[in-house]
Amino acid sequence: MKLITAILKPFKLEDVKNALQAAGVTGMTVSEASGFGRQMGHTEIYRGAEYTVDLVPKVRLELLVDDEQAESFVDVIVKAASTGSIGDGKVWTTSVDQVIRVRTGERGSEAI
Amino acid sequence: MEEIVLNSGDTAWVLGSTALVFLMTPGLAFFYGGMVRTKSVLNMMMMSFVTIGIVSVVWVIYGFELAFGYKADSPWYGNISFSGLGGVVNDFTNNGGFYPIPVLVFAAFQLMFAIITPALISGAIADRTKFTAWAVFVAIWSTIVYFPVAHWVFAFGNKVGDTVTGAGFLASKGLEDFAGGTAVHINAGAAGLALAIVLGKRVGWRKEAMRPHSLPLVLLGSGLLWFGWFGFNAGSALAANGVAGLAFMNTQVATAGAVCGWLLVEKIRNGHPTTLGAASGAVAGLVAITPGCAFVAPWAAVVIGLFAGVFCALAVGLKYRFGLDDSLDVVGVHLVGGIWGSLAVGFFGTQVVNSVGVDGLFYGGGLDLLGKQALGVGVVALYSFVVTLILGFIIEKTIGFRVKAEDEVDGIDLSEHAESAYELSSSSRGGSF
Repeated sequence: MKLITAILKPFKLEDVKNALQAAGVTGMTVSEASGFGRQMGHTEIYRGAEYTVDLVPKVRLELLVDDEQAESFVDVIVKAASTGSIGDGKVWTTSVDQVIRVRTGERGSEAI
Repeated sequence: MEEIVLNSGDTAWVLGSTALVFLMTPGLAFFYGGMVRTKSVLNMMMMSFVTIGIVSVVWVIYGFELAFGYKADSPWYGNISFSGLGGVVNDFTNNGGFYPIPVLVFAAFQLMFAIITPALISGAIADRTKFTAWAVFVAIWSTIVYFPVAHWVFAFGNKVGDTVTGAGFLASKGLEDFAGGTAVHINAGAAGLALAIVLGKRVGWRKEAMRPHSLPLVLLGSGLLWFGWFGFNAGSALAANGVAGLAFMNTQVATAGAVCGWLLVEKIRNGHPTTLGAASGAVAGLVAITPGCAFVAPWAAVVIGLFAGVFCALAVGLKYRFGLDDSLDVVGVHLVGGIWGSLAVGFFGTQVVNSVGVDGLFYGGGLDLLGKQALGVGVVALYSFVVTLILGFIIEKTIGFRVKAEDEVDGIDLSEHAESAYELSSSSRGGSF
């Protein structure tokens, strides 16, 4: 089992969600996040004072999938999230030891 | 000519009413601001505040003369003059007859109407309007739509002896619109319809729930609107007299009736009477009683209000059928409520309560008044809709009327104003000085 984590532009969340649903995903978790990548932040001026904005608003999307599905779901996310400009985000996968469905106690692939 | 003596009571009441009507626009900012999502509160409120700024300046330079100047003796517009109001400081008000109040007091009172009318339109295009485009729109729309329409409806002309010069064409045709059912509400409602068409739907409309982010703010706003509306309606008597008292009472009871009407519809149709419904019902009732507040009896005001609540509660659902993202129901409340209220004068109007009024259908006056009301409704709605549609498309094709889709989704407060209404976490903007 894999955990796919994606950091995305908030603006692309709707597209990614729709693409994943069309691809048959069975669940996901979305949270608001902020951070920076290689582009770093930028400076802005507010009320005469210059300040740096180094943490840019992002959304963090997480989904648990079976090993064999992971690569295709990652492709779906990358395709739907891409705008070609800086700050499009990142997607990574991590191996997961165990998954349990709370209601039934099912374990492993059954619980996904 | 007889000597005019200033009436301090009348002047004091109109000055007070002016401040009351002014407060309606910040009230509207809260009413609309509470209804949008957290990411676009400030932009929504700023659309009202910048309107205060722009229209006030334009009003002094040429707006008041264009709406209420009589030198040109035209039924279509007032006077084209850039006097900056310097020439009228010592004059008394003459609007179809002399009022013993300074004309500058009248000009300040009417300014507040000129401010709130374009501000009302902003609710139809929430969350997605480029701020500079809105500012340009307000300046031009006031000039080519509001000022002429205010002249048609509110300008009763310069009356000296029996000679009247420069009366607006709807006013001289006998349209009864005491405080602006046509010039303010139908005007703003029809313009809102046009702009909702020009700008199109918000990203995600009908797919995601776009629920009001703060209903307490909405109620605060509707309360301020209700409070200010006493000045709007009762102040339009331009005197502290019985007509002002009638308008005051009618404003209260019609609004109360509309709150009940709207909540009844919700309770029967959906099972839940909502806070948003109570706030919207109040505004629907205020809109509907505006044209007739000084021409109908208080019992009729209750009926007008009750039906306004019912009609508007049913009307706000129609936008989904037409696929029109009139975001905060400017059309459903102001256009529908304004049309109902203006036509209702043709039914309920009576000389019993106001000797300068005309008897409507229910008082044996026949269809004459109703016909005049219908003419006023049709002319103002059509003019406002067509001109706003053309102006909207011109702005769209030149400087662009909408923000980028990405900015809209991320939040127009940040992209247009570099601010957010609620700084709830230290990393929300990620900035450090």
